[in-house]
This record gives sequence, structure tokens and C-alpha cells, in this order.
Amino acid sequence: MKTLNKALVIAWKDILSETRTKEIISSVLIFAILVIVIFNFAFSGSQQTMISLAPGILWVTFAFAGVLSLNRAFIQEKDDDCLEGLMVCPVSRETIYLGKMLGSLFFMLFIEAIVLPVFALLFNVNVISLPLITITVLTTIGFVAVGTLFSALAVNTKAREMVLPILFFPIVTPIIISAVSASGLALGGESWGSITYWLGIIAAFDVIFLVVSYLVFSFVIEE
Amino acid sequence: MKIKILLGVSSVFMLVALYMVFIFAPDTESGVVQRIFYFHIPLAWIAFLAFFVVFGSSIMYLWKRDKKWDAIASSSAEVGLVFTTLFLLTGSIWAKPEWGVWWTWDSRLTSSLILWLIYIAYFIVRSYISEEGQRARFSSVIGIIGFIDVPIVVITIFLWRTTHPRIEAMDPRVTATLMVSIAAFTALYLLLFAQRIAMKQDEDKLNKLKAFLRR
Amino acid sequence: MKATTNERAVEVKGLTKSFGNHLALGGIDFIVEPGKTLAIFGPNGAGKTTLIKILASIMKPTAGEVFINGLDLNHNAEDIRSQIGIVSHQTFLYGNLTAYENLLFYCRMYDVADFKQRILQVVSMVGMQYRLHDRIGTLSRGMQQRLSIARCLLHKPSIVLLDEPETGLDQQATSMLWGALREDGAKKRTIIFTSHSLERGLNACDDLIILNRGKIAHRQPSMDLGLAGLKKAYQNCTGAGDENPE
Repeated sequence: MKTLNKALVIAWKDILSETRTKEIISSVLIFAILVIVIFNFAFSGSQQTMISLAPGILWVTFAFAGVLSLNRAFIQEKDDDCLEGLMVCPVSRETIYLGKMLGSLFFMLFIEAIVLPVFALLFNVNVISLPLITITVLTTIGFVAVGTLFSALAVNTKAREMVLPILFFPIVTPIIISAVSASGLALGGESWGSITYWLGIIAAFDVIFLVVSYLVFSFVIEE
Repeated sequence: MKIKILLGVSSVFMLVALYMVFIFAPDTESGVVQRIFYFHIPLAWIAFLAFFVVFGSSIMYLWKRDKKWDAIASSSAEVGLVFTTLFLLTGSIWAKPEWGVWWTWDSRLTSSLILWLIYIAYFIVRSYISEEGQRARFSSVIGIIGFIDVPIVVITIFLWRTTHPRIEAMDPRVTATLMVSIAAFTALYLLLFAQRIAMKQDEDKLNKLKAFLRR
Repeated sequence: MKATTNERAVEVKGLTKSFGNHLALGGIDFIVEPGKTLAIFGPNGAGKTTLIKILASIMKPTAGEVFINGLDLNHNAEDIRSQIGIVSHQTFLYGNLTAYENLLFYCRMYDVADFKQRILQVVSMVGMQYRLHDRIGTLSRGMQQRLSIARCLLHKPSIVLLDEPETGLDQQATSMLWGALREDGAKKRTIIFTSHSLERGLNACDDLIILNRGKIAHRQPSMDLGLAGLKKAYQNCTGAGDENPE
């Protein structure tokens, strides 16, 4: 309970800081919308082709947006020289991971909550449905679980922003595939039955990577 | 000494394997190109073995903090990466006459490619870190996470699509050839692996000497 | 420097830290009694910051033991952290947040009761009560450093670690620093600090250590020698011609 409590304090601090600058949310949001617009130029086609392409476009957008926003998670701590300040607080390293993860999760979900309606509007596909929202939330948890760990790792290397995408994309391939497949089924009006199958894979990925990242996080920040 | 024995063993096995692959093993309907499978399968298996060694020694490093384990993990990753590259190449050479294309987004090809990309990332990150302890810690984390990801990648992609041939009942001569070939490549892996570790140990000794002289 | 077990605020035994082949600390031993102040001098790269980081549990030692208020740092790191305050050349304050929000954040992390009152208390100790609602990014380095001292005192630590605490502080703030840090109600705080300046360091400490290349090159109660004696000892230990310029 104490862990969760302190993690929420860390997440609250990140969110408060973000409300001042709106650095992550505004730039990532604009970036996501730009990606959608570019895809629209790249694949202009009939309504039918658009529906079959929509899941792919949506998840490429979210994956790119995710990398962009996750990159910021630790760069801010590093630039303010505050990571050590967190490390001298009487909380475990795992609490710091959880706090940073919850903060990033909030930002990602916030961005997705705006991008999804914009996407629905621009592509004229109905992405605002319970199955799609479930897929989005579950996949985003997987993204930030791995992303927070790699973000902390990347910020300590010489090529900060370069490292996160190189590590992040191959590792999250399984959930991207699952999310695209599940979203395709959901957009095609399939029932929950066939979707839950993919949701199961995404959930399994979430659990495995939350646990493993939680366990190894201290090795990334502590010398 | 160990290395000399390994060199001898792997040379003998390699020669026997070559003989068996090209002369002893029977022809199949797909012709000579099918024989690449005696290289392809051992390479793939040993690559997995190598990455498993990376996984195990990465855990050992984080636990013991002994740089010996980092040398073992990174050496095994190097050999694993070379073997993965080779099995992707041999697969591609086989696919061209068989399927008419060099590459297809089949499940095993795709998951092997992801595997290859994960360990490329492993080495890119290593190259970006100059401090030894940090490099070892970070690559251990990647070695663990990367390996845990592999089964999930394989399952997901398998559900997604597959056209890869399955191994069916085989001629005993084919089985024998395959086994010898696997033995040969295992010996080769051990040889390269031992060689790399020895090299890293020498490098470390040299660095220690340098640090000592600088004092 | 002898003390019985219950009189040890900080005890360090055989502390070693190496980065690859570079030995940053090679077997450090010392004891600090409660309420005493220990100064650590040494040239750049002597291992001062590494030592402070290990005591603050930011870094893990390669070998050796650290006991703080009788607790083993390897096993009770979280409990120990709540009894330690640290001020370093990094302020640990977030530039986008106001001074108050920063202090509020740390109050929550350290479970400080009556936080509103405590925040007012510590900021008036460092004379920053009029800039409480300014963003950290808009404040000068010296002001940030004062707030960093306030942050360090929020949870009433019994032991304070200072790594070059005088960075960016003016004369008035420096004397304020020592005044604010020393007193913990009726009790005196245990302080370990590093410094480049032999002169100012000598005035502030009870005991002192000179570190050179990761080893203790000299140790002495400060009473036993004057500034000239310390300068001479420092020269002998480090081979440096003069104390480092600031």
C-alpha cells in the first residue's frame, strides 16, 4: 500500500510539472496527428481499404507517439538532476519505477483519448467502442511497462533519444501485432469471443513485462 | 589448451558433417538445395542456445556482479548473433528456389528477424556506454528482457500467419546427418565462445595493466 | 575517534568502490560520533563525491560495510534514508514546479506530518519565505541552493551529508547554512561534509579526513592543528602545491 501511495506521489509530481509546460502532451499530440495525416496521403483509397488499413495506422501512430513521450519520462529527471533526489527518498527503487510508469501511462492515455476521436473523424471509421478502448488501454500498459524501464536505461547512455526506439520496437512487436489483429477484428464488427483471444496475449505480455521490469529496474538506476 | 581441443573436435566433426551432408545423405525431390537444411537447422538451434546462455549469465551478472559473467554473456551474444545472421541467410537461399522469393513474412522468418533485431540492439547499446560496470548492467537487463520476449514473439507471430515447412518423418540417414551437423556446430559454437572469452580476459588484463601504469 | 557501539552515528568499515578497473575508493574506515561534524577534504577525483553517494545509498559499494545509527546500509536502506538529509551541488528541485510544490512533494515522499507548517518553518530558516511560490527555474543558483538546504531539513534528519554545500552561496547564506543545519531542536546534528576550501572547512568541523586517490591519507581532530598545519598536511598527502581554487 505504501509503495502504491508513494508511486502516486511521484506520478502526481510528473503530472503537475506537465501541466506547467505541456511539453509532452502538446508535442506528442501534434506529432500523432501529423502521422495520421501523412498516412492519409500515403494510402488514399476507398472507404473499404481505409477500414482494413485503419488498425495498422492507428497502432503505428500510438507506438511512435509512445516512444516520443516515454523518452521524456527520464530526460526531465536527468536535466533537473533530480533522479538522485528520488533515490535518497525513503522508498524502494521499485516504487520509483511504478511512479514513473503511472505518470507515463496517464500521459499516453490522455493523448490517446484525444487521438482516437480525431482518428474516427478523419478516417470515418468507428474506433470509439468498448472493445477498441479495452485494446488500447491494455496495449498502452504494455508499452509503458517496457518503455519506462528502457527510458531510464536510454537516458544514461551517450545517445539518449536514439536508444529507446531501437530497444522498444523489437520488444513490443508481439503486442503491436496483437493490438493490430484485435483492432481489425473489432472494426470488422466481430464479437468479443475472437477478440478476447488476442486480448489474452496482450494481457499476458503486460503482466510478464510489468513484473520483470519492476524486478530489474533497480539495476538500471543504481550503480 | 581447452581451445586447442575444441579446435580439433570441431574440425573433425565439421569434416564428417560435410561428408555426410553432401555425399551420405540421400537426395530428396527438391534437389541439392534441400541440403542447406543441414546447416540451417543446427545454426538456428545453436543461436537459441547461445541466447539462452546470454540470459543465464546476465542473471548471474546482476546477482554476483562479477565481470566474468558479462564477458560470458557478451561473447555468447556475439556468436549467437553471427549464427542468427547465418541462419537467416541460409533460410533465404533455400526460400528463393523453393518459394520463388528471398523473403516472406512467414512466422518463423519474422520472429527470427525480430530476434536478430533485439540482439543488434544489445550491441548498439553496449557501444554507447563507456563505463564498464554500467555497460554490463545495462546489457544484462537487455539480455534478460530480450530472451523473455522471444517465446511471446514466436507464439504471437505463429498465430498471426505461417507457411514454414514442418519437419516430418525422416529417412534415418537424414536424421544421422542432421545430428552430426548439430554436433559439429555445437563444437564450433563452443570454440568461438571460448575464444572470445579468452580474448576478453586478455583485454581486461591489459586494461588493468594500463590502469596500474597510469597510477 | 574511538567510540563505543552506541555512540556511533556513522560507521564505515573497509569501504571499497570500483568502476571497472578504476578504484574510486580503496578501503575507507571511519567513525562519526553523534552530534559531531566530519570534514572530508581532497583534490578532484579523490573519491569525495563517491563516498557521499554511497553513504546516501545512491550508489552501492563494491565491498565493505556502512552502519548508520546502528543500521546496516545493505539491508535497511529505506529506513536509513528517512534519517538522512543530503545537500549536494545538484539541488534535487524540479525547475517547472514552485518552491512550495517541490517541498510539498518531498514532504509526501518522507511522510512529513503537519507539512504546511514544516515547509514555512524550513523556508524561513533559509530566508526564502518571500519566494515560496516562485518557480524554481526563475530563481538564482544561490536561492535554489538555499531551498535545497530547506528540502534537506524537511524530515528532521539526524544525519546530514553535504557535498560541496557552499556552491553558489554568498557569505550570509553560508553562515545561515551552518546555523540551520547544526541545530535539531535541542540536539546537535551529525554532519559529514566535503569541501575544497580548507579554511572554511576547518572552522566548521570537529574531525577531518584528507582523501587522496580513494584512500584516507590523513586524519586528525581539527583542534589539533591550525590552518597552516592543515595546509601542510594537505600538501604532503596530495602533492598539490596549493588548495584548489574555487
